[in-house]
Amino acid sequence: MSVLVFAETHDNTFKKPALEAVFYGKKTASMLGTQCIALVLGDAANAAQLGKYGADKVLHLTDAALNSFDSQVYASVITQVAQTTGSDVVVLVHSAEGKAITGRVAVKLNAASVSGANSLPELSNGFTVAKSVYSGKAKVHYTLNSDNKVISIMGNSLPIEANGNDAPVESVSVNIPAARVKTTKVDRITGEVPLPEAEVVVSGGRGLKGPENWGILEDLGKVLGATMACSRPVADAHWRPHHEHVGQTGIAIRPNLYIAVGISGAIQHLAGVNNSKVIVVINKDPEAPFFKAADYGVCADLFDVVPKLTEAIKKFKAQH
Amino acid sequence: MKILVCISKTPDTTAKISFTDDQKFNASGVQFIMNPYDEWYALVKALEIQESAGGTVTLINVGGADNETIIRKGLAIGAEKAVRINAEPTSSMFTAYQIAEYAKAEGFDLIFTGKETIDFNAAEVGAMIAEYLDMPYVSFANAMTLAGNTATISCEIEGGTETVEVNLPVVVSAAKGLAEQRIPNMRGIMMAKTKPLEVIEPAAFTENVVTRQFDLPAPKSAVKMIDADNMDELVRLLHEEAKVI
Ligand SMILES: Cc1cc2nc3c(=O)[nH]c(=O)nc-3n(C[C@H](O)[C@H](O)[C@H](O)COP(=O)(O)OP(=O)(O)OC[C@H]3O[C@@H](n4cnc5c(N)ncnc54)[C@H](O)[C@@H]3O)c2cc1C
Ligand SMILES: Nc1ncnc2c1ncn2[C@@H]1O[C@H](COP(=O)(O)O)[C@@H](O)[C@H]1O
Repeated sequence: MSVLVFAETHDNTFKKPALEAVFYGKKTASMLGTQCIALVLGDAANAAQLGKYGADKVLHLTDAALNSFDSQVYASVITQVAQTTGSDVVVLVHSAEGKAITGRVAVKLNAASVSGANSLPELSNGFTVAKSVYSGKAKVHYTLNSDNKVISIMGNSLPIEANGNDAPVESVSVNIPAARVKTTKVDRITGEVPLPEAEVVVSGGRGLKGPENWGILEDLGKVLGATMACSRPVADAHWRPHHEHVGQTGIAIRPNLYIAVGISGAIQHLAGVNNSKVIVVINKDPEAPFFKAADYGVCADLFDVVPKLTEAIKKFKAQH
Repeated sequence: MKILVCISKTPDTTAKISFTDDQKFNASGVQFIMNPYDEWYALVKALEIQESAGGTVTLINVGGADNETIIRKGLAIGAEKAVRINAEPTSSMFTAYQIAEYAKAEGFDLIFTGKETIDFNAAEVGAMIAEYLDMPYVSFANAMTLAGNTATISCEIEGGTETVEVNLPVVVSAAKGLAEQRIPNMRGIMMAKTKPLEVIEPAAFTENVVTRQFDLPAPKSAVKMIDADNMDELVRLLHEEAKVI
């Protein structure tokens, strides 16, 4: 028995969701009275640091074949490692890669799976894991009844602590099947935290009137270290790039802080953002539906308020 | 080119969500739609490929007889025929297993799913079908071209996009951008009425996932309004009360 965590890397580094997965794996392992093993595939800087987040041991497989992604290859390798280590719980990140692997590993291990869990397992009555459904309008609790369990966890689901030490790193031998999907090009937006991982998001809607007005929002984003987002009509009108579009048909996010500026708060927009921990809405219309979903609201002209908020944050940051 | 498109049914996002006392989804008064990723992108891309390379587009749905409204809509948009596996899905694995059992004997060149369902957002049925059929899987495709037996697909990844090449057969999950939504026309709607819709019974399956309970989140406390001239107060609240900066 043990908990195996696939700690995914991007550009050879571990992003926060991977650290969260390790932390989640450790918490689960402690509840089950067993150890947490982290698995790292391909080149990665400093795999030992995963110990700080709870890994008792790190298995690191460096093979050039693992530097490009094929869900079939990854799922095969993860499954083999789960079997050789006797891991009956496998934890992955609910990321683009994780989503492509989770289902495959579950089938291979004949495991019960939950994709996109957002809380730790509850063990008082079987092994139950919850996730948010219906655009955050409800929560469902699944009981996993098979010996093997596969869970992918949503980013920002639990606060992580780094209080352990580096973990021993070992190699492991597996059969790496030939890839059938060949990656020919990767375009990552650099220098910005991708929206699904972002802790602070500043978002603009049609209320900004045009792309030339985004400067004030970007200034606010910069002082907060935020990732920028927008409503769908803004992306559709090419005021902002499509990868910034959040909502039902765009990206779903769950930052700690979401600042929505000049966005009315249509249900399809809320569907992608109402899992945010704290929502601030700036809108000049007191009847804007977004105020009902907000924690803090400012009812005023955004062109007046946004620069003031930026200044206030600058002042605060200078003092802290 | 033999193409299978997996379509699912979901409540409209505007639906009021509630549950019955025995922990079932309360469908009364709820408007159901075809999952947008399946309808707008997966199905339309399949039709585009069929229109240029020839072949057939078959729809498949795992669900009860009440799903026939969305299946007929898919036929009206242009699919040639449809299969419904007559069972309420109990898990992603159940759904994927049933679809794979059907597809196994048919030898599809391409199987499309949507990126995810907008109600449960599991995004795992496609990967599971691929695993059951020992096929490659390309997820979150936002552009795709075919040259002979090779597909070149652009897909969403964490913080960007990547381009991959893969030989058919392949399972592809469809994201925004893969195609342009099509609205069924009158002729399509009339023709859909007579297109074949085969109903088959599910294969035996041992279910290991039990839906124990649904609950509704605690109602949000009322919004705190802050004066536009007092942004220092907002910053203080975000720091001291909300603890997010
Ligand atoms: C099937 C479907 C899917 C959809 N998916 C999405 C999705 O994924 N994401 C999404 O965002 N939308 C989506 N939409 C669209 C959605 O319904 C709304 O139309 C959209 O979110 C509105 O964008 P908006 O709030 O920017 O613009 P508007 O609704 O035009 O709102 C602009 C707001 O700005 C305020 N404003 C104007 N000027 C100022 C000012 N000077 N200062 C302060 N406030 C000001 C106004 O009061 C208003 O509330 C979808 C719609 C459908 C039908
Ligand atoms: N009951 C179903 N019948 C047919 N296809 C389905 C069903 N449920 C899910 N799918 C397909 O699988 C995709 C991903 O669903 P999910 O993994 O549930 O998020 C959907 O977009 C559909 O294409």
